[in-house]
Amino acid sequence: MREREDEWTGLMRSAMSGDSAAYHRLLKAVTPVLRAAARRGLSRAGQPIDQAEDIVQDILLAVHLKRHTWDPSAPFAPWLFAIARNKLIDALRRRGKRIFVNIDDFAETLADHSQPETASSSEIAVQLNSLPARQRDVLQSIAVESASIKDTAAKFAISEGAVRVALHRGLASLTAKLREQ
Amino acid sequence: MRMDTDQLIRTLAADSHQDRPVGFVLALALLAAAPVSLLMFFAELGVRPDVMTAMHNPFFNLKFAVTLALAGAAMIVSLHLSRPEASLRGWAWLLMIPAGLLVAGISGEMMVPQRLPMMTRLVGHNSRVCLTAIPLMSLPLLAGSLIGLRHGAPTRPALAGAMAGLLSAGLAATLYASHCTDDSPLFVAAWYTLATLLVAAIGAFAGSKVLRF
Repeated sequence: MREREDEWTGLMRSAMSGDSAAYHRLLKAVTPVLRAAARRGLSRAGQPIDQAEDIVQDILLAVHLKRHTWDPSAPFAPWLFAIARNKLIDALRRRGKRIFVNIDDFAETLADHSQPETASSSEIAVQLNSLPARQRDVLQSIAVESASIKDTAAKFAISEGAVRVALHRGLASLTAKLREQ
Repeated sequence: MRMDTDQLIRTLAADSHQDRPVGFVLALALLAAAPVSLLMFFAELGVRPDVMTAMHNPFFNLKFAVTLALAGAAMIVSLHLSRPEASLRGWAWLLMIPAGLLVAGISGEMMVPQRLPMMTRLVGHNSRVCLTAIPLMSLPLLAGSLIGLRHGAPTRPALAGAMAGLLSAGLAATLYASHCTDDSPLFVAAWYTLATLLVAAIGAFAGSKVLRF
């Protein structure tokens, strides 16, 4: 566990200084742990675990948009687990369940490498459709078609800067919409 | 359109935009809100006419030490609480600084002979203005503080909101202190504190609504 957390902290430090490959690796590495914790939280609250993936995506979005609140001189795991716990409690509350989620539940969670549930349409996918056209097009291009920022800019005949802005705004408004529901 | 978690992760990794630090946004929001409170202050209250003489009175100056210590401590604690993993442990003592200054002031006043009896100093002349002006001048600053803290990720939104309330009340009370002719630390301990707690309660309520992320 200790080793795993040290590795995360190192990756996050690189990510914060602009290494997007390290960031990608970090998000991939934490996701199975978040998934296991979300499944456990749901089952403890007597909820079907097929909603775990929505919670995981919700946590990942919050981690991304709030990463400037992480202090690079502090370990990454407590920060991550505080956000995850907050989002898990929120998600259960929205489903009318109140449970106590201990922060240690996360720290001791083993990664769950089984396949995620493939829900026909996740909460994020539903909300994507309500975004402004530019943001939706850019997210669609990068997320679904795996296009780069550069290719996306060429496809829509806009600048790379405009793609970056639309991408960030799209992710921020997705998060806002998820919170409002 | 579908988005699975791998696709989401790839998308997040492609987004290189990082928000500015919470402290920077909080400072900007407070600077934007300050003119509104200043305008309220100069339109309705203004600095007391005998301010040049009052500055020789240590109890007049103590009011500013107390209110600024409150604002400073509350700003540090609220910035700390804007981090998700933060708790009050190890930080709450900062808020004891303004309280300690007040207690020191009250004991200091006890030791020098006073013209007026204790109750008269405590009740003062301006308690009603104090209880109205501090909360009202706090409101724009409270809005600014909450906007700033929204850039953070407070997992205890009501507590962070209460700190935003203390911060804005501390700043508003600093303005008010230059108007008020009641300089007794007893007056400050009673009425400033009451006004400040009111703003902290408003902040806690507003924070529990707007500081969730």
